[in-house]
Amino acid sequence: MRLDVNVFLGAYPFRRVPGTSPDAVVSAMDRAGVDLGWATHLPGLFWRDPAEGNAWLYETVGREPKLRAVPAVHPGLPGWERTLTDAVAARAPAVRCDPTFYGLDPAGAEVRRLAGACGEAGKLLMLAVRLEDGRQRHPNDRAPELAAAAVRVLVRSHPAVRLLITHADRGFVEEVHFGSTQVEAARLWWDICWLWGPPEDHLAMLLATIGLERFVFGTGQPLRLPETGLAKLDLLALSDNDRALIEQHNAERAEGR
Amino acid sequence: MLIDVHAHFYTARSSRADWAERNASRLAAGDRVGVTWHVASILGTWGRTSPTYFPSPADLTHANDAMAGLQREHPRRVRGYITVNPNFPRHAEAEIHRGVAAGLVGIKLAASRRADDPLLDPVAHLARELGLPILHHIWQRRRGDVAGQEASDAIELGRLAARHPQVRFMLAHIGGGGDWIHSLHAVRDLPNVYVDLSGSGVDGGMLEACLGAVGVGRLLWGCDLTIDTGWAKLRYLDHLLPPADLERIQWRNAAAIFPTCAFPEA
Repeated sequence: MRLDVNVFLGAYPFRRVPGTSPDAVVSAMDRAGVDLGWATHLPGLFWRDPAEGNAWLYETVGREPKLRAVPAVHPGLPGWERTLTDAVAARAPAVRCDPTFYGLDPAGAEVRRLAGACGEAGKLLMLAVRLEDGRQRHPNDRAPELAAAAVRVLVRSHPAVRLLITHADRGFVEEVHFGSTQVEAARLWWDICWLWGPPEDHLAMLLATIGLERFVFGTGQPLRLPETGLAKLDLLALSDNDRALIEQHNAERAEGR
Repeated sequence: MLIDVHAHFYTARSSRADWAERNASRLAAGDRVGVTWHVASILGTWGRTSPTYFPSPADLTHANDAMAGLQREHPRRVRGYITVNPNFPRHAEAEIHRGVAAGLVGIKLAASRRADDPLLDPVAHLARELGLPILHHIWQRRRGDVAGQEASDAIELGRLAARHPQVRFMLAHIGGGGDWIHSLHAVRDLPNVYVDLSGSGVDGGMLEACLGAVGVGRLLWGCDLTIDTGWAKLRYLDHLLPPADLERIQWRNAAAIFPTCAFPEA
C-alpha cells in the first residue's frame, strides 16, 4: 500500500494548476500507484477561517475511499478547539495548521497551544514549510516560509506533540533533527517531497544519518507531480520492507496507529 | 534513446570533497533511468579558486580539459560542453576551438555576463560557424541582481537569440526556480530558443505550459542537479504525449541541434 500524506484538493489562487478536482486528484493517484491520500482543502488554506473548508473536505472524502481528510485548524480564532474535537471524532489522520498563511507566529502562543492540544488529543499536527519555490511565488503570495526554529519550539512545547512537516529540504530537516533531543526527534516525521535524489543524494543521506523511520511518502500533488516521489524511491536501493516503511507504516505510526 | 542536455560533473580541484561520489551517483542514476547520453559541463572549480559563475580562464581550461577527459573515459555515455567566460574573449575563443578539437559538442554560458551584452556576440558567431548549440544558464524572471551571478533571464537571452537567428540556444532549467511562466512568454515566438526541462521544480501545470508555449518541437529533456525530478517529468510526459512526441523530447530534438557526430546512433 502506498500512502501519500501530502495531497491537496481544490484550486490554487496564485497560478493555474490542472487537475485539482477530487476526481482528477484520484485519477492522478491511480496513475502514480498511490492507494490512499491524506487530503487538505487547498483554497481554505488562504481563507480567514481555514476551517470553513473542512465541511466540504469531510463530505468529499466521505464519498471517496482513497482519501482521508486532514482538516485545518486556525488556533487564533475563538472556538478552534471544536475543530480539533471534530477531527478526533471524524478519525482524521492529522490536522494541519499553516500559521504563516494565517498571519500567526508559528512559534507563538496560539500555535503552541494547538500543538499541546493535539498532543493531549493524540492527534498528529501537520505543517508545511512552503507550497512553492520561493523564487517563483506570485507577488501577492507573501506569507513567510515556516522556519526551522519554529518547529524546534513546537516539538518542545508539549511532551506528547507529534509533528509531520512537509516540503522541507535537507538543511531544514537536519537543523531540526540535530537541534532536538532523541526523544523530541522521535516525535517528528518528514515527507520526502522536497528532498533531492541523485546525484546530490540528499534523501539517501538523510535516510542514513537520521533514520528511515522518520520519513514518509508525500508528494504535494497536484501542485507538484506525484511521479516525483516514486522516482525518488525508485532511485534508492531500498528493500521492500524499508520502502514499505516510507510508503505506509511510518505514516501509520505518526498517526498513532 | 534518452539525452540529458543539462548535466554537470566535478573534478578533484572543485570545492567539493564529495566530487567523485557525485559523479558516480550521476552515472549510476542515469543508468537506472535509462540516460543514454549525459551532456555535461564543469563550471571551473565550482568556487574553489574562482567563483562558480565567474570562473577564471585557468579554471575553465582545467574544467574543459576534465570534461574532454570524461568524454574520453565514457565514450558511449558522456558528451561535454565547452564552458567559457565572455569577459575573457580571447580565452573564450581559444577554448571553443580547443574544445571542438577535443570532441566537445556544445557551448555552456553560465552567468558571467548578461546574455544580451555585446561581449557574447563573438561566442555566438563561433557557435554558428562551428555548428554548436549554446546552453545558457537562466534565472527565470530576474527581478534584480542575483548574488554571486550576473544572471540573465529569458528576455535577455531572447535579445541574444534574435541577433543570432541561426544559432540554437537552450534556455536552461525551466524548472530551476523562478517564474517559469514569464520565461515561456518571453521565448514563445523565438524559434531558435529551446527550453530545457531540467531543474528541481516539478510544478503541476508546468509541462503543459511548456508544451503550450513552444510545442513539442522545442523541448529538451534534462536533469541538472536532480535526476529524480527529471525522471518524474519523463514519466508524466509519457502520460501526456503519444510515443512519437515523447521521443522528440527524449532525444530527437537534442540530436537535431547538436553536431551530427555528437550521438553516433542517433
